[in-house]
Amino acid sequence: MPSNEVGDYQTAHTLETFGFLPKLSQDEVYDQIAYLIAQGWTPAIEHEHPSKSADHYWTMWKLPFFGEQDLNRVVEELDACRRSYPDHHVRLIGYDNYTQSQGVCFVVYEGRG
Amino acid sequence: MAKAYDAGVKEYRDMYWTPDYVPLDTDLLACFKCTGQSGVPNEEVAAAVAAESSTGTWSTVWSELLTDLEYYKGRAYRIEDVPGDNESFYAFIAYPIDLFEEGSVVNVLTSLVGNVFGFKALKHLRLEDIRFPIAYIKTCGGPPAGIQVERDRLGKYGRPMLGATIKPKLGLSAKNYGRAVYECLRGGLDMTKDDENVNSQPFMRWRDRFEFVGEAIQKAEQETGERKGHYLNVTAATPEEMYKRAEFAKEVGSPILMHDFLTGGFTANTGLANWCRENGMLLHIHRAMHAVIDRHPKHGIHFRVLAKCLRLSGGDHLHTGTVVGKLEGDRNSTLGFVDQLRESFVPEDRSRGVFFDQDWGSLPGVFAVASGGIHVWHMPALVTIFGDDSMLQFGGGTQGHPWGNAAGAAANRVALEASVKARNEGREIEKEARDILSEAARHSPELAIAMETWKEIKFEFETVDKLDVA
Repeated sequence: MPSNEVGDYQTAHTLETFGFLPKLSQDEVYDQIAYLIAQGWTPAIEHEHPSKSADHYWTMWKLPFFGEQDLNRVVEELDACRRSYPDHHVRLIGYDNYTQSQGVCFVVYEGRG
Repeated sequence: MAKAYDAGVKEYRDMYWTPDYVPLDTDLLACFKCTGQSGVPNEEVAAAVAAESSTGTWSTVWSELLTDLEYYKGRAYRIEDVPGDNESFYAFIAYPIDLFEEGSVVNVLTSLVGNVFGFKALKHLRLEDIRFPIAYIKTCGGPPAGIQVERDRLGKYGRPMLGATIKPKLGLSAKNYGRAVYECLRGGLDMTKDDENVNSQPFMRWRDRFEFVGEAIQKAEQETGERKGHYLNVTAATPEEMYKRAEFAKEVGSPILMHDFLTGGFTANTGLANWCRENGMLLHIHRAMHAVIDRHPKHGIHFRVLAKCLRLSGGDHLHTGTVVGKLEGDRNSTLGFVDQLRESFVPEDRSRGVFFDQDWGSLPGVFAVASGGIHVWHMPALVTIFGDDSMLQFGGGTQGHPWGNAAGAAANRVALEASVKARNEGREIEKEARDILSEAARHSPELAIAMETWKEIKFEFETVDKLDVA
């Protein structure tokens, strides 16, 4: 499939980690939630209008789900957040309280904006 | 009762070989690999190293009696065989903390690796490791920002960061150089880097480079929506010039600077790290000249010591080699000093060349930088070896892409994200590298072409500096 022809690379507007992969399927999102919970991190959800996606702070959806071990509960919350803010990006975070950082952070749903 | 003065030459071991000594928590400990001249007993060699790197000199002097040398002297407290080596041995030496000025790795190194390395009774001498006591670490500034703060400033989580050194490394005009930076950043790299050789030469003066690169960063940020940076190299002939360039780098809006800590020196490096901390700038550290010091297995300073000293002096990124690319680096040994950069406590582990427990306390961590002869096929191995808190830099592996820098950058970014995603899914990404990359390439013609371009390139040579094993 590679040929000698030089292609035109168009700049993509991307949303950080996993922004260069095709949209994750439900099963793939599920695997990532399982990974973050297995690391001992706390799942959390944030949403924001696409026009403000470069801000450090997005709006929190409820509070981080401290101690949550049920993957389905996290999926339900992601869907509930999306239903309430269909125009917004929705991202999933895994808070790592040992490093005081985020072990995982990626956009699950892109808003219509 | 006071001692009488007894002039003359004594054996070092009378005073400096103390096998019963139990090191204090506040002592600075060092492990040297010693190769003595034939006929000199190991205890005498170890004691000589302890003496010459602390209070001793070749002849007794009367003024020694005016102080408490029992308190100030370094002590050789243990010797050990080197596995698989009949000629050399390890000497362990304890130094009291008051021998060293607070917050000065310059002072520590001047004592430990000063005159003693030219000592005639030794054929070779290598400083293998230093245990810095936590009391000393608390006097050092360390990284200006550290891993956690850098991630928060840039909003990049859960993956290694991606970079590239701009090529050709010498000869581009400032405007063409900024073009190469912009293309890499718009294609998906997080950062680009000045080559270490680039300072302020006639073909591209620093001020012109900084202005064009500043524009490249801003344009790429606006178009991609992601935060970007370029390590503007401020290594210069004088500290005054270095700070002038640092100020201007901040003015053009770069979030990060670069310094060469060995050719520039620890004094310049520590000063620049302090400046970065006060000015909210990140600091990328390159290590030109390190192989001169650290590559010979019997003489010099092991890189794990230089890496520890850099973490104390200050830097947010440090080059560590790639294990898999074109430059020297044993896997276990590399993992050993990568831990020293990033962890808050590293236990003794001889299988990684770590001779002491090392408590780093609250000192921030440093990103490990893998750079040199790496390309997309290496990505799964690099993610496995270096983990998330690393900066993976593909120079030729980005800019050598048949479609140019932006496509090369995108290929690397797709390969990186596919590797991280697969790792999180529990797959063995080093073993399944081909499958993972091939799957990802189905959605990315840029990656497919990169895989075709670099499919045959390998760098398989024996490592010169191996860990000591029987």
